[in-house]
Amino acid sequence: MVNSFTWMIGGPQGSGINSVAENFAKACIRGGLHVFANIEYHSNIKGEHSYYRLRVDSRELRSHVDWVDLLVALDRETMFGDLNKVHPTHRGHRHEVSPGGGIIYDSSLKLQPESFGRDDIKLFPVPYMDLLIDALKEFGKDKELSKYQVMVNTIALGASIGLVDYDFDLAIESIKEGFTGRKAALGDLNISAARHGYDYAKKMFGQNAFPSRLRKQPLGAKRMMIRGVQSIAIGKLKAGCGFQTYYPITPATDESEYLESHQPDYNMIVVQAEDEISAINMATGAAHAGLRSSTSTSGPGFSLMAEGLGWAGITEAPGPVIILWQRAGPATGLPTRTEQADLRFALHAAHGEFPRIIIAPGDVAECFYDTFDAFNYAERYQVPVIILADKFLASTYKDIPLFDTSGMKVDRGDLLQEADLAKSPDYKRYQFTDLGISPRARPGLKGGVFWTTGDEHDEYGHITEAADLRVRMMTKRMNKIELAGQVIPNSKKTALHGPSSAPITLVGWGSTKGAILDGMEDLRGDGIETNFLQIRYVNPFPTEFVQKILSNSQRTVAIENNYSGQMAGLIRERTGIAVDNKVLKFDGRPFSQNEVYEGVKDIVRDGAKEVTLSHA
Amino acid sequence: MLELKNYRTQVHNDWCPGCGDFGIVNAIQMTLLEMQLEPHRIGLFSGIGCSGKTPHFVNAYGFHTLHGRVLPIATGAKLANPSLTVIAVGGDGDGLGIGAGHFVNTGRRNLDFTYVLHDNGVYGLTKGQASPTLPKGLKTKSMPAPSIIEGINPIAMAIASGYTFVARSYALDVRHLKATLRAAIEHRGSAFVDVLQTCPTYNDINTKEWYAGDDLPSKAPRLYKLEETGYDGRVTDPTVRDEANSKKGNALLKSFEWGEKIPIGVFFKMEVATFEDQLANRMPALKEKPFVEHDIYSRDISPLLDELA
Repeated sequence: MVNSFTWMIGGPQGSGINSVAENFAKACIRGGLHVFANIEYHSNIKGEHSYYRLRVDSRELRSHVDWVDLLVALDRETMFGDLNKVHPTHRGHRHEVSPGGGIIYDSSLKLQPESFGRDDIKLFPVPYMDLLIDALKEFGKDKELSKYQVMVNTIALGASIGLVDYDFDLAIESIKEGFTGRKAALGDLNISAARHGYDYAKKMFGQNAFPSRLRKQPLGAKRMMIRGVQSIAIGKLKAGCGFQTYYPITPATDESEYLESHQPDYNMIVVQAEDEISAINMATGAAHAGLRSSTSTSGPGFSLMAEGLGWAGITEAPGPVIILWQRAGPATGLPTRTEQADLRFALHAAHGEFPRIIIAPGDVAECFYDTFDAFNYAERYQVPVIILADKFLASTYKDIPLFDTSGMKVDRGDLLQEADLAKSPDYKRYQFTDLGISPRARPGLKGGVFWTTGDEHDEYGHITEAADLRVRMMTKRMNKIELAGQVIPNSKKTALHGPSSAPITLVGWGSTKGAILDGMEDLRGDGIETNFLQIRYVNPFPTEFVQKILSNSQRTVAIENNYSGQMAGLIRERTGIAVDNKVLKFDGRPFSQNEVYEGVKDIVRDGAKEVTLSHA
Repeated sequence: MLELKNYRTQVHNDWCPGCGDFGIVNAIQMTLLEMQLEPHRIGLFSGIGCSGKTPHFVNAYGFHTLHGRVLPIATGAKLANPSLTVIAVGGDGDGLGIGAGHFVNTGRRNLDFTYVLHDNGVYGLTKGQASPTLPKGLKTKSMPAPSIIEGINPIAMAIASGYTFVARSYALDVRHLKATLRAAIEHRGSAFVDVLQTCPTYNDINTKEWYAGDDLPSKAPRLYKLEETGYDGRVTDPTVRDEANSKKGNALLKSFEWGEKIPIGVFFKMEVATFEDQLANRMPALKEKPFVEHDIYSRDISPLLDELA
């Protein structure tokens, strides 16, 4: 088998699985291959089991699968789980190795082949420590073994590359890139470690020990390896966002740290606030002052933001853009695991009624483009905009073409300048207009003095309790979402993937997009023809389009990473159409390609009404 | 030449007759007049409660925010446009109860703005419940029973939090309040002014007569001015740690003086780098003009994409 390969490295938190997995992925991309890489980790700093999955292929990948061709175990637990503990959490990954696949592990564990319970896989014991000592000796560092112990991860990477017979120079290149400047010497140590692993695998296991092979392909146009947090952060920079606030929280913080690390190059204020209440309110204050602003959080933080969201709504603030990186709830839930269970919450957070735009990008590329649009709409419609992403999108790497920024234009909406204000001396910030959008000034502009309040208000922004004014102001605000619904094209709000008509229509939103698209191909191979309705705008909702597609379908299946099928419920609310079946998953893990296939097949072939999946 | 009318609005004022808020809003307007600050260069921010209505009576950019959230919203606006003179006002429940976390962390940041606390010991607009500064054991008019928890010392809390200008004044002494507000606005850094204020409707203990000392055998006013006693809370050289620390210590001691004698005036003042200064050190372009006036709408992201390629 050439260029269709899944690899997994597992070990305790802090054992450096991220860096080697990302180096391996980079080496593959540099060789013209495509990757999809996702991580699962515990809410723990050091010691608990975490694993990184890397899928490599000759064609572009959009999802992961639940089997592993080559498993790299940095510890025993990666293979056998923690069943010996009082509160076990997993049974290890040896069961996930595909028939004919293999496991690289530490030979000093002295495991008996029978203990694996598998006679259909290959075992590749590697003396991690001995090889590391040899590598360190070359630099006279073998006396400092404890300091460099983490480098066994790189030994294992080298052995992996040896087994799949991939280009070792590409691995050297990507390792080197991680160690520049003062760290360059460490890079040489790591390269030496990788080489010891590589040579050992070649020498001890032979040329044809492993059936999977990776081969370089001709390089096409430049591609980048990117994950959701970076994609959204870069979208913000492109959009002219100048202000980001956050309170540390998994999995959102990486986005803010990325922005802060590029602060000097882009002039971007990043403030770590005392809590998420402060984070959203600072951002709204900056938006009112005329700066494009945003905040980033996950469910627990967004819960605190509800109050501030309402203030942004009633004061018709031009933003902020709020990134909601969903994770499994409620409360602390599974803090490092994924879920899509905040759809309803995003729609209804805060008391009272006010307009908000909610966008759910389906992949890392959409994260960028949707974030850019979010700032335009926040200012055009003077509403808060929520981007619904999740932990899976946040931390999953994929290779994609460089973003196409041609035709991307910043639209600041009806933003007045002093010259405009000079023409109309009696400025009213909340003036009634035909479209319901009042031209806005910003503090500092002469002639633009205005008041704004979380109380109901008149056109000047002064408090009112008058019934007629209340009705007019509410209607003015709520009409803006109707207007946005008419102006924003369906091509942004939704997409129908696959044939324009099919006996089965799969319905999904957000990060399940990739698994659904790949699962559809498996279903087709099995004679089950489907298409896929992706809903990207939760609000304004593409009601007519969804109605049209679903009423033309013989069977509709919602696929969602939550317990209740929140989008299916929303579809019924907006269109009156009840989705026929649901494939649901709420174990904190993302959908894989094979799970989409299995779930839909259970429904179609076995007549199940609703399928709940958990592959752990 | 700007006149007082340039700082006033025509908005109907619904505060109770004799409310200490009148003194504060008058002092704010008189300070702005004295400083000849143009209304469009001012941002006046408030929380919720009676004092929350303050911006509606002042002709300046006015932000009537949420209960307890005035400081975060003012912080965001000030960072977007540091050229604004930003004044935040709020009650003691707003700032030291529901907004206490923001009060502390705003002090740590040391933005160049002013926070005025309307300190009257009661939640007025919800009809007279005990607020954070009400001392233990007291029962104001509408409370069912005396308070059984300690009151907060706002001055001590401000010093501990890192405000670099900490003062106290009195709502009914508009001259003193005006001078204090001016010093606060002119201070480079976060200035906190605790304004003792009467609530004629609900606080029947800390009344105008009580502050005047009518109940004392001496009949001497309770309030006295720190500057008239030789007290000097100004740190002359902030790089000398001992000086800063001892001035903070003196201020803390003074702040616990409460009873027959209550000090007003400047407890502590020290000028150090502001939050804006430190951001500008990281991003020198911010020194050129207010951030909001920068063109950041056509950034070149290609180096970021190349970094990932």
